[in-house]
Amino acid sequence: MADLLQLLVAGLATGGIYALVAIGFTLLWQTSQTINFAQGEFVMLPAFFVLIGMGYFGLSFWPAVALGGALSVVLLGLVFKKLMVEPMIRHGVLPLVIATIGLAILMKEAVRQFYGADAWPFPVLAATTDVTVFGAVFAVQSLVILAICVAVVVALQLFLGGTRTGRCMQATAQNPTVARLLGIRVERMILYTFLINGALVTVASILITPIYLAKFTNGEWLGLYAFIAAIIGGFNQVRGAIAGGLLLGVVDNFAAVYLSSQYRTAIPLLILIVVVLFRPQGLLGRIEERTV
Amino acid sequence: MSSVLEVRDLKKSFGGIVAVDGVSFGVEEGEILGIIGPNGSGKSTLFNCILGQLQPTAGEVHLDGRPVTGMRACDLNRLGVSRTFQLLQIFPQLTVRKNLILAGQEHQGTMLSRLAGRPDAGLSAAAERMLGFFRLERLADEHAADLSYGQQKLLDVAMAFMAGPRLALLDEPAGGVNPTMLASLRERLQAINAEQGSTFVVIEHNMEFVMALCNRILVLDEGRVIAQGDPAQVRRDPKVIEAYLGRS
Amino acid sequence: MRHSRSLAAGIMLALGAAFLVVAPLGLKPYGIFILSMWAVMTIAAIGLNLTLGYAGQISLAQAAFVGIGAYLTAYLTTKGWPFWSTYMLGGVSCFAIGWLLGYPALRVQHHYLAFVTLAFNTLVYLIFRNEEWLTGGIYGISNVPRPVVLGWSMNGPREFYYFCLAHLALVSVATWWLLRSPWGLAFVALRENPIRALSLGVDTRRYTLMAFALGAGLGGISGALYAPLVQFIDPTPFALGLSLNLLLMVVLGGSGYFFGPFLGAIVAVLLPEWLRFTEGFYLMGYALLVIVLMAFSPSGLLGLADRLTRPAPRGAP
Ligand SMILES: Nc1ncnc2c1ncn2[C@@H]1O[C@H](COP(=O)(O)OP(=O)(O)OP(=O)(O)O)[C@@H](O)[C@H]1O
Ligand SMILES: [Mg+2]
Repeated sequence: MADLLQLLVAGLATGGIYALVAIGFTLLWQTSQTINFAQGEFVMLPAFFVLIGMGYFGLSFWPAVALGGALSVVLLGLVFKKLMVEPMIRHGVLPLVIATIGLAILMKEAVRQFYGADAWPFPVLAATTDVTVFGAVFAVQSLVILAICVAVVVALQLFLGGTRTGRCMQATAQNPTVARLLGIRVERMILYTFLINGALVTVASILITPIYLAKFTNGEWLGLYAFIAAIIGGFNQVRGAIAGGLLLGVVDNFAAVYLSSQYRTAIPLLILIVVVLFRPQGLLGRIEERTV
Repeated sequence: MSSVLEVRDLKKSFGGIVAVDGVSFGVEEGEILGIIGPNGSGKSTLFNCILGQLQPTAGEVHLDGRPVTGMRACDLNRLGVSRTFQLLQIFPQLTVRKNLILAGQEHQGTMLSRLAGRPDAGLSAAAERMLGFFRLERLADEHAADLSYGQQKLLDVAMAFMAGPRLALLDEPAGGVNPTMLASLRERLQAINAEQGSTFVVIEHNMEFVMALCNRILVLDEGRVIAQGDPAQVRRDPKVIEAYLGRS
Repeated sequence: MRHSRSLAAGIMLALGAAFLVVAPLGLKPYGIFILSMWAVMTIAAIGLNLTLGYAGQISLAQAAFVGIGAYLTAYLTTKGWPFWSTYMLGGVSCFAIGWLLGYPALRVQHHYLAFVTLAFNTLVYLIFRNEEWLTGGIYGISNVPRPVVLGWSMNGPREFYYFCLAHLALVSVATWWLLRSPWGLAFVALRENPIRALSLGVDTRRYTLMAFALGAGLGGISGALYAPLVQFIDPTPFALGLSLNLLLMVVLGGSGYFFGPFLGAIVAVLLPEWLRFTEGFYLMGYALLVIVLMAFSPSGLLGLADRLTRPAPRGAP
């Protein structure tokens, strides 16, 4: 029982990270029809910014994180939107999808060129010790990760629901045409979602890299997991991404313990296929009928 | 009874919105039935439910007395029911001729026999005839994208007639067409109706056009039939006037 | 103008074909191997071009089909089966699996489909890697024999190259035929406007499944040639990377253009060999090319050429 609880918390912690990445993913889709195939690489990169800050500029950890975060928000948010999304989205969804596949390759190869193919250790946020609560043993790291994820999600929800800008962003996500009629500066709201995505992937990067080490291939499965989380929950809402992320993290952790390690990676993929076939609108989503 | 199409108590709701609310009517062989009604009264949704593009919430559709409710649009089309859409639906990057050939090819042979080769001579001849009939010969090898709006609209309608349908449902064929083109469109439609004896249901906002084209008119408001009769009757009906003027 | 355009295209085509026939005479075995690889990958890309370029259904599973074809051939020919039987079996079984994979496409589109097919590809890869009793696991299957045709051994690099080239020619002619038949038109209709297509009697469900099945079948055929070409197969080449690469080949060359895959495969298979000295920078350049092309010409290199040489439409300035 205590084991199960521990496993559950560990699963929720990784799931929380997937949720952060998935939220960014759905936000981009909602406001600008961007399917970002490079989202995983977006999570891979900020850790390397931090490493560069520490290694080349001799910064200590937190200033390096600040530098990495700033760089990520600018490059993965602003520059990504201005240089890639804006010129391409008018051709439709598919060219942008292809271009982000290209971008993923570009980012991966660039990191390999300039930082090598090794896995680099990354500073942990909390001691790798355990605490005992009510007889169950928890890794402090999992608890810290979970706490940070919850804090970020709550902050984001407060921003989206409680501020004027946040509500304008939601209106933009639901219906850009109407939002524009209401006098909302749609372009600016879309830009904000890209900046938020930049911040979310930075947080995810700082949280997940200590566990898996910094490696140029990290994005390959992270992006996939984020998408699976988004689809399971229902592509059109933030709470869907949260639910999907948490569920995926827990399932993945249990699969790692109770299933052959060989087919562990197959479980999320099977879930994805089943959900798409039998409930394409996601567990929390609603169907929309299409007519001409 | 020789109803080609028979619609009984058709309903369609989208979540809370009831777009079509218990519509019943029949269409006789060779008739041209007009459907009019204010914006959002459920005309296009009615078509989509009849043609299997949307699943009706309740009600039945019969073709020649056979139930066809919810049948797939492609199967209905091969039974001789064709349609146009409210918005232009052509294939802009194909030539005009290819558009027409596409519109007819699925009615010939089986899928496997169609693999065997080029479209057969009968189909090409039919396309030529249709080009001539809608006076599009000159444009046959142009990409449909390069046509004027009026010409595209003609092509759109021509495609619906490529396979010689028994029943054609046209959603606002006159929308956005200039007056000269409009007269020729009406005259072409009447010619097809007379020559081939095919039956039409036409949704239209252009009153002059409907009144001149149709034998009988059905008026829809908020998803219900509020009046029907010949053009003169409908024009005088106070309920119709109210539906159009009362709330605008 | 229209005339000179098709004349120029014809000349280029004849030159290209002539080059393919005489090239091995002046190349070392490695060069011939690379050229054979180009032919094999082009076949897989032609298949994907049917699915994606013509019928508009995105698939990130083409590598899985190449893998299934390759493993079937490797497993059975090392057990003594004749090549032609495994070749047919590869094509037919991939056709069948592709048909099944088409079912999700009836329910979801675009990005959903991309990720479902991606998931399928990864699942197949896991099977290749983990089912050691069947596939040899990470050790793979080695000593895959090359076929003997009418008593003539295809063992030498040059012979096997011509063998691959003949298959490419065959596949090209068959695809050309298919695309000129009503099916080609139905595929384009499916891509451009499925709802109108449906209302014109096009059975979009069946054509969607067909588009997947045919594309997958060609992937299987490509794999059946791949195994005897490299003579040793392991799971690595059939991971997602190849699927993405095939997708980029199709899009780069010009999706929906008959010769798009040929050109795309040149950029993806031959060019990296010529640009070997650039090392890892080649891939970065390739990725950049994809991005820039998507911004300026989503219909690929052939789309760009088409646009630059097309006479202005009548009535336009
Ligand atoms: N796919 C859909 N989802 C939700 N509501 C819909 C959908 N399609 C139509 N509606 C609603 O159903 C009602 C009827 O729409 P419909 O398009 O049938 O009207 P119409 O009579 O064709 O109008 P118009 O003359 O403007 O074409 C409208 O209120 C519309 O908003
Ligand atoms: Mg309408």
